[in-house]
Amino acid sequence: MTTTRTVLTIAALTLREASRRRVLPALAALTVVLLALSGWGFGRLAAETTLTSGETLLTSSILLNLVMFGFSLIAALGTAFLAGPTLSGETESGIALAVLARPVRRSAFLLGKWLGLVVFGTGFVVLAGLAQCLIVRATVGYWPPSTATALALLAAQTVVLLTLAVLLSTVISPMASGVVAVGLFGATWVAGVVGGVGESLGNDGIARVGTVSRMLLPTDGLWRGAMHAFQDPSALVEFGGTEAVAFPFLSEAPLTAAYLAWAAVWVAMIWGLAAASFLRKDL
Amino acid sequence: MTDPSAADPTAVGNDAARREAAHLVAALPPAPAVWCSGLRKRYGRRPAVEDVSLVVGRGEVVGLLGANGAGKTTVIKMLLGLVRPDAGEVMLLGQTAADPAARARVGYLPELFRYQPWLSAAEVLTLHVRLTGDEVPAQEQHDCLSLVGLSERARDRVGGFSKGMQQRLGLAVALVARPELVILDEPTSALDPLGRADVRDIVLELRSGGVAVLLNSHLIGEVERVCDRVVILDGGRVAASGTLAELLGQRELRLHLTGLSPAAEARLAATGDVERAGDMFTVALLGDDGTAIPDLIRDLVALGARVHAVEPARISLEERLLGILRTGDGEER
Repeated sequence: MTTTRTVLTIAALTLREASRRRVLPALAALTVVLLALSGWGFGRLAAETTLTSGETLLTSSILLNLVMFGFSLIAALGTAFLAGPTLSGETESGIALAVLARPVRRSAFLLGKWLGLVVFGTGFVVLAGLAQCLIVRATVGYWPPSTATALALLAAQTVVLLTLAVLLSTVISPMASGVVAVGLFGATWVAGVVGGVGESLGNDGIARVGTVSRMLLPTDGLWRGAMHAFQDPSALVEFGGTEAVAFPFLSEAPLTAAYLAWAAVWVAMIWGLAAASFLRKDL
Repeated sequence: MTDPSAADPTAVGNDAARREAAHLVAALPPAPAVWCSGLRKRYGRRPAVEDVSLVVGRGEVVGLLGANGAGKTTVIKMLLGLVRPDAGEVMLLGQTAADPAARARVGYLPELFRYQPWLSAAEVLTLHVRLTGDEVPAQEQHDCLSLVGLSERARDRVGGFSKGMQQRLGLAVALVARPELVILDEPTSALDPLGRADVRDIVLELRSGGVAVLLNSHLIGEVERVCDRVVILDGGRVAASGTLAELLGQRELRLHLTGLSPAAEARLAATGDVERAGDMFTVALLGDDGTAIPDLIRDLVALGARVHAVEPARISLEERLLGILRTGDGEER
């Protein structure tokens, strides 16, 4: 059997699992609730007549980033907790035995699982994110300066986290892999905020916490890039210039090409480690 | 393009030699379904499999027997590339097992049989057919489900199946992609007597269709009925292997004796392993050429023993297996 066919078969199977196990309907329901709540909130903001146009842009940018953070969190939780059961859960329960005894390469099987999760996770954040942007436009008339870049970075953040979850699920139990992946995601976000506070205080030592954590796990870096693309350029000035660095829902600068390249290398590296670990695993 | 053989007369001779070689290769018997040599596996410090070599010929049914933890499932998993051997080589249907393509014509029912609970039985079969890269018509897949008694449940989710039904589905999965080798690891562990009889019939049918079967089972009667050859594992090693006739060729003698002197007892022990229950003695006869029993009786009578009954018997596979496992008799036949 060709490797491509195996990869596509397993990816399709993973997506079917997500839909049959009611992950898809549950996520859809959650998203609708979040969209409705934010729609109501933005509607209230639009009804507020005391705000200047600059303040409205700032508030819209912050609120949009906040809601997007909610979506990225749902995607993070969703994919991290899907990766565990679908990979280590299958090897633990024995489902993988019959599948891997077929003429398939383990790396192709792993790539198929990963691809299925990527389609699922990125599909979710892009669709939910786009719906959110449309709601914001309909209520307050704000449209992010580079929506496509922002959604792509949000998707990239999901890919980074689920690749980590895939690696973890090849070495630890399904439950632990989800917990550790989400824990690391949260810790990196907090470290990013701490680093921002350090920067605003001019303390290099504290600022380095954010820089290092962003290198070790690029989720927070990509998230900051996404925020920058979602927010209006005037928002930073409106918020008070450098003060904005310490604020978790505004981002000071767009991502550099070097950082994006690092994120791509990081994903390739972690996937390689996951494949090496999975290839060596005794089932 | 011109034919090089037209310009070069030696090329004609080369062609003829090549054709002859091709004929010779074609006339060779097909490679065994399973060939493995020197398989070894350790989990930490504990050796699970030590130097196991075995062969399953095409169309042959081979039983793998042994106590719990003897290494049977580990050997099977190493054959299928599910567990990495520390040492040793495996060939499946003439191809090295390091290449996944060697498993294209191999069906497998794992000891731990679990299938995607969110798929229907028919979908599980379709998935496995796709993974082999083969095309099997839907009707043939359905026939496979009928064969294991699941045709009525083809559209039902596997999640709602009982253990026995899941094992039946596993059997269908092993058979669906037209295998030339089927490896069944405890195929009847969750089945009722009717299901066991079905499995026996399926194995016999596979054999008559030229499909090789490696059968790991605790049910010795089952193995005795369907297997051409048996490999007995003990402590991760091959303790005995051979055809049933070879393994069970050993006979035993049951005797009812009284007035046994120490010399008569020694004579009895010299014949073979002796088990005693009161006045009843069971002697295993090793390498009997037809004279052992009359000679033994003559000597016992001469040594003063009173012989009440002499009953020659053939050892059963179960007794042979227990004998090997209890005494750790590692001699290979």
